[in-house]
Amino acid sequence: MSPAASYSEGSHSEGQPNLDSEGQPHLGQQAFSERSISLEPGLDEQDMVLNFGPQHPACHGTLRLVLTMDGEKARKIEPEIGFLHTGFEKLGESRTWNQYIVVTDRMNYLSAMSNNIGFACAVEELLGIEIPPRAQAIRVLMAEMSRISDHILGIGLQGMDLGAFTAMLWAFIEREKAYDVFELTSGGRLTTSYTRVGGLAFDLPEEVPHRCRKFLDRLEDLLEEIEGMLSHNRIFIDRTKGVGVFTKEQAIAYGWSGPVARASGLDRDLRRDRPYLGYETYDFEVTTQSEGDVYARYKQRLAETREAGKICRQVLDRMPSGPINAIGKVTLPDRDEVYTKMESLIQHFMLEMPGHGVKIPLGEVYHATESPNGELGWYLVSDGSAVPYRVRVRPPSFYHFQSMPEMSQGLLLGDVVANMSSMNVIAGELDR
Amino acid sequence: MTEFVLTPGMIGFAATILKALFVIGMALQIVPGCIYFERKIAAYVQHRIGPNRVNFTIGTLRYLMPESMRDVIPEGLARVKLIPGSLQPLADAIKLAFKEEVIPEKADKLLYNLGPMLTFIPVGTALCFLPFGATLIVPDANLFGIEIQRTVIEMSVSNVVPGMLMLLAVSSLGVYGIACGGWGSGSKYPLMAAVRAAAQMVSYEVPLGIAFLIALASVGSLDGQEIVRNQAETWHGFGWLVFRQPLAALIFLVAMFAENNRLPFDLPEAEPELVGGYHTEYTGLKFAIFFLGEYCAMILMCGLFTTLFLGGWSLGPIEPVEVFGSTIEPLITAEGGILNVLLSVAVFTVKMLSVLLLQLWIRWTLPRFRYDQLMDLGWKVLTPLALANLAITAILISKFPNFTFFA
Repeated sequence: MSPAASYSEGSHSEGQPNLDSEGQPHLGQQAFSERSISLEPGLDEQDMVLNFGPQHPACHGTLRLVLTMDGEKARKIEPEIGFLHTGFEKLGESRTWNQYIVVTDRMNYLSAMSNNIGFACAVEELLGIEIPPRAQAIRVLMAEMSRISDHILGIGLQGMDLGAFTAMLWAFIEREKAYDVFELTSGGRLTTSYTRVGGLAFDLPEEVPHRCRKFLDRLEDLLEEIEGMLSHNRIFIDRTKGVGVFTKEQAIAYGWSGPVARASGLDRDLRRDRPYLGYETYDFEVTTQSEGDVYARYKQRLAETREAGKICRQVLDRMPSGPINAIGKVTLPDRDEVYTKMESLIQHFMLEMPGHGVKIPLGEVYHATESPNGELGWYLVSDGSAVPYRVRVRPPSFYHFQSMPEMSQGLLLGDVVANMSSMNVIAGELDR
Repeated sequence: MTEFVLTPGMIGFAATILKALFVIGMALQIVPGCIYFERKIAAYVQHRIGPNRVNFTIGTLRYLMPESMRDVIPEGLARVKLIPGSLQPLADAIKLAFKEEVIPEKADKLLYNLGPMLTFIPVGTALCFLPFGATLIVPDANLFGIEIQRTVIEMSVSNVVPGMLMLLAVSSLGVYGIACGGWGSGSKYPLMAAVRAAAQMVSYEVPLGIAFLIALASVGSLDGQEIVRNQAETWHGFGWLVFRQPLAALIFLVAMFAENNRLPFDLPEAEPELVGGYHTEYTGLKFAIFFLGEYCAMILMCGLFTTLFLGGWSLGPIEPVEVFGSTIEPLITAEGGILNVLLSVAVFTVKMLSVLLLQLWIRWTLPRFRYDQLMDLGWKVLTPLALANLAITAILISKFPNFTFFA
């Protein structure tokens, strides 16, 4: 079979029709057949199908792209997901509401605190209870700290994928300090499991405010250093400006949220538009960029990190005192009362023993929080038992990653990488 | 009994062998040092510590002492590290040597095996043409009954007259190694890297060659020693071409980065894009040789930059000069005894390492270009600039032969 003939049939140069079991052309084949129209007769030329991931330095986590490359150009991009599929949603159907908080850590492992808080808030909305002001303030502090740690790493990774390794390590060093705060607070650095339905696992240790302030002071220097390294760097600007432009309309069409959507000009922030945890009482700005390119996403993350720092300072200034758990049947009673009061002992027993737990009344809820990556939504259905009937997560990364083909079509390989790192896709929450 | 006579031919022959050993030895010595240096600088830039575990301690010196004297070193002092982490490259080399050789199934065995060699051999050859010191004069002498005749030994392994041209020609062959390795690996990422490397190295060879030509034209010689001497004789010893031809020096420096595949031009090895680049499929000693060739190429290019633009081994004037009525004696003369030569070699090494430091520093600071931006910079900026610089230089040289600014 001559090469030209083999192309017209949409097959590889070996002459073997590359069809899968259903007789459909295999990944990348479509580009072949489109190509064959303009192919000069007798010219043996073919696109290369490049398997980009899941084991690849730029596929943070286990992302996978199947690239059909025409030289350096990515003619066709097919994202594939599911390499880190863990069945997190299904796991919810066999875990009690409080046990599931441990699972939420593993979704966005760069900002586990945000996930804990999002889930707890959703369950509380289903329950219809309000948590005490101190718990709210601590949750806001932790949510913003995790936003900072997520964003500085995202900024650093964006630099690293463009070759600026140093900025990423600078960010990493500071992130460790944020993790020190998490460790002090919750006992865990990466997987914090800090919240409980109706409150928190532990009260804030005394030295945390001081450590937070130290971290926030240093953060400003770090952001300036990173800006000095990247923002005004001609090569970085050339690599990022005008690359992977996504308009506001496209962003809405793809269901984008969070910093990437705001970088496309979509002025939407759940902390302001649908306040939870008393966010309406804090003074912060929701910044947006108009360009919608990789550089805008980088700038947006920087701006949001600064705003998150501002919120953290406000929380620390006004940190209320008082209990950290809502009073009622859903939270553990004081240890002293368990030993001295009958009701407390029974309540403790009913929450802790196997087969028991927080009973959530029949109903369903969708509650969304503004996680570092965007709108993190929880759709929870309860049948009145101690175990959720259904847990459904709306992870921001899922909606971001699906736009990879449209955003990167026809770009050079380097730009595909720049686009991918600018989305900060976390495989854990993408595949769930 | 006839006296044994060492003729210049015999001394020269022995000297050539010694020089070759010296150059290769130096290159192979500098490479581990360079790797250590690079890792330490990277760590310094990135607020880390870097390698600090594998090293000798002061206590290691005990093994050099006779047994009775070992207690002289107190225990506290014995734990003090001598250059922390300095043996890390050695440890890495040993590790690489004992790694399993994995040859990919789809590899083209011949090209795959040829790749690392073809990267290292041209660089090693090109190092032979680098003038690394002042000329050594062995005087007439009679040593222990052996008559030594006066010999002139040039401090470069091979002193063919168009040595610089040979250097450029041979070092350009290095791209074949990368192309062979990338193609022969039978894998897609190395293939893309090889294509990138070939395109990049061929593109940047043009401005590099023109900048080279500007330097040669300014000096008027193809002989390495003559280039150095010319720079040392102009402007009381500081007529380095970096001052006389700053634009050409800059172009050469940028093209040099691209030739060495260093950031911001490390596209053939761009990790987030092409995993490990053209040596993705290599393990063990073959990988080590690729690495070695790469670092030797860096050393070669830094040495070349030193020779062409930083006055080579010279430091100040090489002949007595009169400044404001007083005569200044040269520190290093063009020809002289062994001390003079050693000093000149030291000066050359220090200059070369400074350029190397610049390379490392830039590597850990800048992001990477995109493929089309790289090509644009090479063909649309550097090449026209270099050509314009060459044209102006050529016109000035032909119109004003005595104008010392350029020539």
